Amino acid sequence: MNSESCRTIWTIAKRELVGYFNSPVAYVFIVIFLLLNGFFTFMLGNYFLRGEANLNAFLMWHPWLYLFLVPAAGMRLWSEERRVGTLELLLTMPIAAWQAIVGKFLACWAFIGMALFLTFPVVVTTSYLGDPDLGAMISGYVGSFLLAGAYLAVTVMTSAMTRNQVISFILSVVICFFLILAGWEPVTDLMVRWAPDWLVSTVASFSVMPHFMQFQRGVIDLRDLLFFGSVITFCLFCTSVVLRGLRGA
Amino acid sequence: MITVENLVKDFGPKRAVNRVSFSVKKGEILGFLGPNGAGKSTTMRMITGFIPPTSGRVVVGGHDVNEDPIPAKRLIGYLPESAPCYSDMTVHGFLSFAAEIRGLHGSAKEEAVRKAVGLCFLESVLHQSVDTLSKGFRHRTCLAQSIIHDPEVLVLDEPTDGLDPNQKHEIRQLLKRFGQNKAIIFSTHILEEVDAVCSRAVIIDRGHVVANGTPAELRARHDLAGSVSLRVQGTGAEAVRDRLAGLGVAGKVTVSSEAGSVLARVLPRDRTISGDLARAVAELAGREGWRFDELRTEEGRLDEVFRTITQPDSRRPAE
Repeated sequence: MNSESCRTIWTIAKRELVGYFNSPVAYVFIVIFLLLNGFFTFMLGNYFLRGEANLNAFLMWHPWLYLFLVPAAGMRLWSEERRVGTLELLLTMPIAAWQAIVGKFLACWAFIGMALFLTFPVVVTTSYLGDPDLGAMISGYVGSFLLAGAYLAVTVMTSAMTRNQVISFILSVVICFFLILAGWEPVTDLMVRWAPDWLVSTVASFSVMPHFMQFQRGVIDLRDLLFFGSVITFCLFCTSVVLRGLRGA
Repeated sequence: MITVENLVKDFGPKRAVNRVSFSVKKGEILGFLGPNGAGKSTTMRMITGFIPPTSGRVVVGGHDVNEDPIPAKRLIGYLPESAPCYSDMTVHGFLSFAAEIRGLHGSAKEEAVRKAVGLCFLESVLHQSVDTLSKGFRHRTCLAQSIIHDPEVLVLDEPTDGLDPNQKHEIRQLLKRFGQNKAIIFSTHILEEVDAVCSRAVIIDRGHVVANGTPAELRARHDLAGSVSLRVQGTGAEAVRDRLAGLGVAGKVTVSSEAGSVLARVLPRDRTISGDLARAVAELAGREGWRFDELRTEEGRLDEVFRTITQPDSRRPAE
């Protein structure tokens, strides 16, 4: 990737970010994200009753919280371009489609990262009340950020498939829901009864949960990084295929 | 600058563009005409590299748009049909983005934005959000985006659509000015625009090029092009017709009388447009002592030509 590509990606990402903060979407998203995080962590997660100096009560909700919030943040990325017709403008600029895809993805990911960063009071509280493992907290945040990236990549893909944001939202929620459930015990148990072992383990290996759990435990394993990296790469590649298909048809 | 060779585009079983070929040189303004759904926008989308052709090729400034898209796209400024803009940005933000993505940064970017804003009369809305703009302003914002990098090639899909007559006039003046050192293709279905702006016009119908020539050449295809009409007071219709038919350069003569005057139309014998016929008719009228109050040469009407060559049962090029 040369500097010109980086510059193009940055230009696109910057436009996307400015767009977020010029509309109420960004503020609504951040407020709701923080409120829900607080509610889940302190009320449903029984943060105080647990008496544990870690972020489990906080991080355990993220796969479910992101399930709705990440598609909501990313659903407009391409569908809006298609609906308004700016896709035609963007793709006739002297840029490669992948630069636009990566730029948009990074912008939205950075935005979600910002929202995630604003949850730092949880870290402060935990450090104040106990003596937590700083490394585990950092890896938990890394895992949460990667999880959001994986969901977002799915959303980017579904968003390119339709000009309707609602459809894009629902599709990505369903796919992300599958990514959560695939490794969940009740689901694997259900499959164990009739499916061969290799199929069960293949389906289960698509699940984000075991990989996310590793980060939560404070383990940053190359395999988990690779998992999230390949989900993101695969979905963004699919986006480019979808966009090429749109123009060819 | 732009060469289009045997361009074909199929959408499923439907052939939207069928072997379209033409070229545009620097300093030329090509008007791209045709009824709705004739394939104008599809052709323009292929020229700008938005959609790939099924077969055929487009070369812009020596670069094949399909094989070498980025250098080709650098040369092109494009105004898509609906003039889309990012509605969550201000006019200035949007134009800055367009300039940056075209590789302009810093003071060069500011200068480019300032120039485009001036040319498209956007000063008054510069810091307004795009979604609060009226249609005319939004259209011109998108137009400004297309000229921001001072491109050598401009492809404009209905640049005057939705503008009021004053704005239309301004845009036409702008096109004329640009046309001196750029290659411009613009589509329209306003025929007066062709006369006002174009150096050449291509008419496309159902995906085929059905005419390609200067506006004068196209007008000459009108059945009545080159005919002379004469209105005479106080002389019998029969006499007028006989005398006119006797002229050497005259072809068919038709007369009609209304309210005491006779209106005669003389077609030229060899179907060429020149002043000869009018001169001969005027001399005849002088010799005969006719009191005429109207004498003019018909240049041919583009709208009639347009109608006849784009009608369903009119001539089609051989498949």
